[in-house]
Amino acid sequence: MQAVVVGGGVVGSLIARELSRYRMKVILVEKSEDIGQGITKANSAILHGGYDDPPGSLRARFCAAGNSMFKKLSEELKFSVRWTGSIVVAKNESDLPKLKELLENGVKNGVQDLRIVGKNELKKLEPHISDDFNFALFCDSAAVTEPWMVAIASAMNFAANGGEVITNDEVVGGNIVQGKVVEVHLRSGRRIKSDLVINAAGLFFEEVASRFGIDAPKVKLRKGEYILLDRKASTFVRRIVFPLPTAEGKGRLVVPTVDGGVLLGPTSIELPGFTPEDVSTTDEGLVSVRNSGEYLIPGIDNPVWYIKSFAGLRPETDQKDFYIKRAEEIKNFITVGAIRSPGLTAAPAIAEYVVSKIVPEAEVNLVERDDFVPVIEERERIKEITFEGVAQLIERHPEYGRIVCQCNEVSEAEVIQAVRDGARTVDGVKFRTRAGFGRCQGGFCSWNIAKIIARELNKDLRDVRQNSEGSWVVDRKVRQ
Amino acid sequence: MKRLITDVLVIGGGAAGMACALSAAKTGVEVTLLEREPVVGGVLNQCIHNGFGLQFYQEELTGPEFAVRLQNEMNQEKVTVIGESYVREIDVIKKRALVLSPLGAFEIFSKAVVISTGARERPFGSLLIQGDRPSGIMPAGLAQRYVNLENYLPSRKAVVLGSGDIGLIMARRLTLEGVEVVGVVERMPYPGGLTRNIVQCLEDYEIPLLLSTTVTKVLGNGRLEEIEISEVDESFVPIPGTSRRLKADTLILSAGLLPQVEDFDNDLRVDPINKGFLVSNTGESSIEGVFAAGNNVAIFDLVDYVAAEGWIAGRHAALFALGESASGDRIPVFRGENVGVLVPGIVDMEEHLRLYLRLRKPMNKGTVILKELDFEKAFSYGVPSEMIQIAMNKEKLAPLIGAGRLTVEVR
Repeated sequence: MQAVVVGGGVVGSLIARELSRYRMKVILVEKSEDIGQGITKANSAILHGGYDDPPGSLRARFCAAGNSMFKKLSEELKFSVRWTGSIVVAKNESDLPKLKELLENGVKNGVQDLRIVGKNELKKLEPHISDDFNFALFCDSAAVTEPWMVAIASAMNFAANGGEVITNDEVVGGNIVQGKVVEVHLRSGRRIKSDLVINAAGLFFEEVASRFGIDAPKVKLRKGEYILLDRKASTFVRRIVFPLPTAEGKGRLVVPTVDGGVLLGPTSIELPGFTPEDVSTTDEGLVSVRNSGEYLIPGIDNPVWYIKSFAGLRPETDQKDFYIKRAEEIKNFITVGAIRSPGLTAAPAIAEYVVSKIVPEAEVNLVERDDFVPVIEERERIKEITFEGVAQLIERHPEYGRIVCQCNEVSEAEVIQAVRDGARTVDGVKFRTRAGFGRCQGGFCSWNIAKIIARELNKDLRDVRQNSEGSWVVDRKVRQ
Repeated sequence: MKRLITDVLVIGGGAAGMACALSAAKTGVEVTLLEREPVVGGVLNQCIHNGFGLQFYQEELTGPEFAVRLQNEMNQEKVTVIGESYVREIDVIKKRALVLSPLGAFEIFSKAVVISTGARERPFGSLLIQGDRPSGIMPAGLAQRYVNLENYLPSRKAVVLGSGDIGLIMARRLTLEGVEVVGVVERMPYPGGLTRNIVQCLEDYEIPLLLSTTVTKVLGNGRLEEIEISEVDESFVPIPGTSRRLKADTLILSAGLLPQVEDFDNDLRVDPINKGFLVSNTGESSIEGVFAAGNNVAIFDLVDYVAAEGWIAGRHAALFALGESASGDRIPVFRGENVGVLVPGIVDMEEHLRLYLRLRKPMNKGTVILKELDFEKAFSYGVPSEMIQIAMNKEKLAPLIGAGRLTVEVR
C-alpha cells in the first residue's frame, strides 16, 4: 500500500499523520520549501468554538469536533494553545436576537459553554472593550494557536512514524489505469507508485484535481489583511473579540496571540481572478483593520505597537463550505478542498473523517499498526522554563545561554534544533522558534540566524533564503 | 546558577555602557558590564567610517577605534565583562538581575544599576507600507552589519528610505562597494541627517535625495523587485498622480531609531517626546540608584554625547553604590515653545548641566532661552536633525531653587 498526500498545510499534514497509523507507506508532497507556509501561515490562528457555522454544513460538523480534539493533539504534538475564550460583542437591545441566534446555532452544532452576558460582566471580564457594547456572547472553548506549528509538528510526527516528506517538489499529474491512479508524477521527474491520492493542495485543490482530469468546484480566493501588534498591546485584551458576524464573514477581530502579541484583522476581500501569489497588503485594507480594532477596543490602534502587516488567502467555493469528496471518475482520488474558516479548527476532525470514512470507500484496506507513536519529543523553549531550569540546561549545553533573539528570548540551541527539525530558511527558523517574530522584526538577529543555518547545513550564506526560492539574503562577498 | 555580587551593574556595552563602566570603576567601585555580543563596542564596531571622538577624545576616530580605545581604558580598571549575556529579569528596586549567558545563568546583586541598552531601528513592519513581503527590505544597521562585519553584500541595487545619518552612511558605503544606490527618499521637506553627511555621503557620490517623497508600495515575489514612491503633502499624505516605480532589489530603511526601554518601562518613567528614560543630569532615572545613559534616554547625534553622558552616569552610580551620593535638589525641566527632544528631564543641583535639545522644525534664526536662569543662546540656522547642546556650571544653577523649575524654549 502506498499513498500520496498533496499539500503540506495543516490539513495535508494531519491527514498524512492520520494515515501513518495504518500499514502503508505514505508520502507527503509540499511544493514550497517548508511545511505550513501557505494558507496555514497567514490566518487568524483561532480555534473557533463553532457557533456561527450554518447547522448541517461540513463546517459546523467539523468545527466543534475539531476544537475538542486540540487539547490532546497539542499534548501529543507539543504545539502551544492558549485557551483564551472568545466574545462576540453587540451594541443594542436590537442586536440581542442575533446573539441568541448564534447561541442557538452553537447548541445545534454541539458547542458547550456559551452564554450571553450584559454590560457589567462584559466590562469586568474585558475592561478595555468599548463602552458602546452592552452585550456579549461568551464562548469558553475558543483558543489561539500557532497553525504552522500544528502542520510542522504533525509532519514531524508523521516522518518519525516512517512517512516521507518531500518539499520543493510538486505533483504535476499521474497515470490512471482503469479508473484508478496508479502512479503520481512530480515536477522533478520522480514517479511514485500510488494506491491512494489525497488532494489537500489548499489554494490549488482545483488545479491539482484537474491535473488528474477531475472536476472540482471553482475556487475563489479571499484575502485577509492583518496587523500584528507588540506584546505591550496585550494588556488591552484577554479574549478573542469578534464584532457581530455579517454576510461577509466573522468580521475584523482583535486576537491575543500565543506568544503574547495582538493581531488585528482580517479584511475579507474576494480577489477578482485566481492570483494565489497575491498576498500583498493594501492601504485601504490596513486602514480598515486599524479602524475596526479601535472600534472594538479604543486605544489598541497605537502606531507605537505596529510591528508587522501581512495578508493571507483562503480558498472558497460558491457553496461556502468545505469540499471533501472522493472523485466519481477516479475511485482512489480524494479531494479535501475549500478549507476556509474554520478550517484550522476543523482540520483534526477532517483528517480523522477522511481517513476513517472516505479512504475505505477508495478500496484501500486499512490495517492498524501496533507501533504508531503519536507523540513527539518536546522542544525546549527557554522562555517557558524557570530560571533554575535554564541554568541546568546551560550547564549541559551552553548554547541555551546564548540568546540569539532578544525580543522573544530564543537561544542558539533552539535555532540549531529548528534546523535539525527541517528548517532551511530564516522564516523556517522564525516559525519554529519565534526568533524574529518580536518587536525588532529580525533587525538584530536575522543575520545571525542566517549564519547559524549556513553553518549547520554547511552552506555559504549566499545560499540561505528568507523563505521561498528567489528570496536571497546576501548577494556576494565584499572581499574574497 | 551562579551568584555574583557587584557594586555597579551596567547593562549594555556600547559607547554609553563602556564609558559608564570605566568612570564608575575609576570612582573606586567594582563594575560588572553585561553585553549581548561576544565583544563590547555596540554599534561602533560596525561604524567603520570616521567622524567619531572629536569631543570625547579631541581626535577624529573611526567607530572601531573609538570602541577599542574605551575598551583598553576599561581593561585597566576593575570591570568584569560578561559577553553574550542577556538580562532575563530584573528587580530594579532590589537591584537583583537574572542573567543568561553561555558561561551559565547568573543571579547578580548590585548596589546601583545603569541601563545603557541603546536603541533599535524602526522595523519596516511598523510603517504599514502596502504591498508584497519579499526579502531585501532591511534596516540600515542590518545592512551595515552584513557589509562591515560579515563581509557580505545584501544588495545589488538599493533605494534608501529615510535620510537619517545611518541611511546616508549606508548609501555611500554600498556605493563604494559597487551597489547601485538609486536614491534616498525622505518624507520631510528637509533631510533627517547631519549636513556633513548629506554632503559627504550623497552629494559627493551624486546620489539623488528626493525630499517630500516616500515609499508607498513594495513589490516582489521572493526578492524585492520594485518600489513605488510618491510625493507627499505637508501632512505626509501621498499626492495622487505623483507615484512612480523604481527597480531595486533592496530597500534600506533609515526610518528612525527607537530607544530600547520596553524591558524596563513598567518601572522606570519614560519621557513621551524623547521616548527614552526620563533622567536627571546625573543620569539617575525615576528610581533611586537606577541610572540610564545613551540612546535609550534620547537619540543623540554624536557618540561623543553618548559617551559623555555614560561617563557622568557611571560616576554617580558609583557614588550611589559607595553611599556617597551627593544628590541635591531635583528641579523638573519643562519644554517651552519649539522644543522637541530635551535632555535632561530633571536638574540635580549637585551636577553641572549639559542640556541637549532638538528643534521641532527648521528655524532660520532663533534663541534658546533657559527662562529661570536668564540665559540665552542665539543661533543663525537650526534644524531638528542637529542637536543643540548647552553646558552650564552648577554654580550658575542657583536661581532654579527659588523658581522650582527650569523652562527651555526657543524663539
